Amino acid sequence: MTVATMTDWTRVRPQPSWLARLFDHKPFLVFACLLPACGLLLVFLTYPLGLGIWLAFTDTKIGRTGEWIGFENFEYLMTDPQFWSAVFFSVFYTAVATFGKFGLGLWLALLLNNHLPFKSLLRAIILLPWIVPTVLSAIAFWWIYDPQFSILSYLAVDVLHLRTKYFDFLSTTWPARWSLVAANIWRGIPFVAISLLAGLQTISPSLYEAALLDGSTAWQRFRYITFPLLLPILAIVMTFSIIFTFTDFQLVYAITRGGPINSTHLMATLAFQRGISGGELGEGSAIAVSMIPFLIFATLFSYFALARRKWQQGEAND
Amino acid sequence: MTDVPAGGGSTNTASATPEQLAWDSRARRMVTIYLPLACFVIILLFPFYWMAITAFKPDSELYDYKHYNPFLVSSPTLQHIKHLLFETAYPRWLTTTMGISLAATVVSLFASVLAAYAIQRLRFRGSQYVGLAIYLAYLVPPSILFIPLATTVYQLGLFDTPFALILTYPTFLVPFCTWLLIGYFKSIPYELEECALIDGATRLQILRRITLPLAIPGLISAGIFSFTLSWNEFIYALAFIQSSEKKTVPVAILTELVSGDVYQWGALMAGSLLGSLPVAIFYSFFVDYYVSSLTGAVKE
Repeated sequence: MTVATMTDWTRVRPQPSWLARLFDHKPFLVFACLLPACGLLLVFLTYPLGLGIWLAFTDTKIGRTGEWIGFENFEYLMTDPQFWSAVFFSVFYTAVATFGKFGLGLWLALLLNNHLPFKSLLRAIILLPWIVPTVLSAIAFWWIYDPQFSILSYLAVDVLHLRTKYFDFLSTTWPARWSLVAANIWRGIPFVAISLLAGLQTISPSLYEAALLDGSTAWQRFRYITFPLLLPILAIVMTFSIIFTFTDFQLVYAITRGGPINSTHLMATLAFQRGISGGELGEGSAIAVSMIPFLIFATLFSYFALARRKWQQGEAND
Repeated sequence: MTDVPAGGGSTNTASATPEQLAWDSRARRMVTIYLPLACFVIILLFPFYWMAITAFKPDSELYDYKHYNPFLVSSPTLQHIKHLLFETAYPRWLTTTMGISLAATVVSLFASVLAAYAIQRLRFRGSQYVGLAIYLAYLVPPSILFIPLATTVYQLGLFDTPFALILTYPTFLVPFCTWLLIGYFKSIPYELEECALIDGATRLQILRRITLPLAIPGLISAGIFSFTLSWNEFIYALAFIQSSEKKTVPVAILTELVSGDVYQWGALMAGSLLGSLPVAIFYSFFVDYYVSSLTGAVKE
């Protein structure tokens, strides 16, 4: 009591309330600011990530806690042709779709970089496939790939008379795989094109003028100016694209659900089929965990591309 | 907003110059630019056109390409949309999705504004490592998390409730928004905050009265992006929600409307169209924010 009156008496200025002072104390403020984000991420990202790796080494099923079984899940997967087919298709899907997306996306970005009328409207329209929910556009593709009423078959057979038989998009292995890749490329082009367009617009036009005065051809201007200056952004966009194509789930689940005869499973859809639908949480986690090495590889690719960019900038400054 | 210093502010001039550089004729420009561009636009938009036209076709036209031109609709009908709105739980799914997306957006914006402010403005020791860790969290895709997350959500007693999604969506929204907002906060002059500090404002007052009003474009970008990403999310909603009436639109269309071997394409397409409309309308209002945040995030 006496202490309180003492401090009250020594205080000359009115002080803000203890709460306000607490929130002005920097270490506490930093902690309080980071708490919601880090709390959410730790509980719903880091912990599940660790739990997933642990589950991969157990025989957990839905409704039954599992026991540690070491590498048994992975050993079983090694001998499972369906797993290897999913690994193969994931790599194939990622490789071909990335190649297609970036080829066509770069072309579209170069086209959009020209002086065009209604440029912003055009850009808005082009981003549309990327905005609309993937599953919903996948359902549209499913309808386009219908065996009987496919509009593509109608065009090819009844209008253009290129073929005599309707396309068989989804009921055999390879056509189904190519159909999925095509749908993925369709969905990925806008993102790639708009990001690369942003990169293209930062390239100084004086470089092109200088090259033009030196008598360069269009190809040379692309090869020696556009491409090298676009490389840093290209590397970042490509890393993201590779990661999210490799772990894609929605398109395959919506269009084929892994069929025909499980030939179009990606690793993510196989993990879902075994882990959630089949209830084998341990085995599903093992499949999901097998994706991690591929993702680390892609992230390192991004890291070294960024390092290379810094190195290039350092060289330019000297 | 987030300008790249390396380009030397050439963003505006770059778009104007290629025309001066290209000394080619009109015809050549037609073939090399407009023709491929038209092909791209047609291919990119065709699935939406096809979706829309299927949604308004009566069943008799839908499966008869011999008598009707499939690219046009001769007697448009609202029967599929009517079926969807009055004979299925579609309105319920729409409101659920809307509620979940809004809640997830608010939660992630709140968390990422504070985190971005702490990382970019409070400059504590190791802040860049926290930033890096949050960036790395963005590289962890939902596909490797959904199985353990399902068990976590079950342990927390959230399984089959909207909170399962409201709390898990921020795992991919918070890293993205934080990243975007760090860029925006960086562009606000630090001197403004110093002035406020001298005037005796507390840190939280500075955040509320100075930094946030100046970062409104960034907040809008982060908000609409979060909303769109939550609306589009599929795998968590598929894994964590079981009862039919609590499903989100993308999951419900795929699991509830697709039944048996005969697909009702008219209803499916109407459902897809209606499910895409909210984000498309939202998008059309904020196109510039989308483009700037997309490109800003990539450039950052």
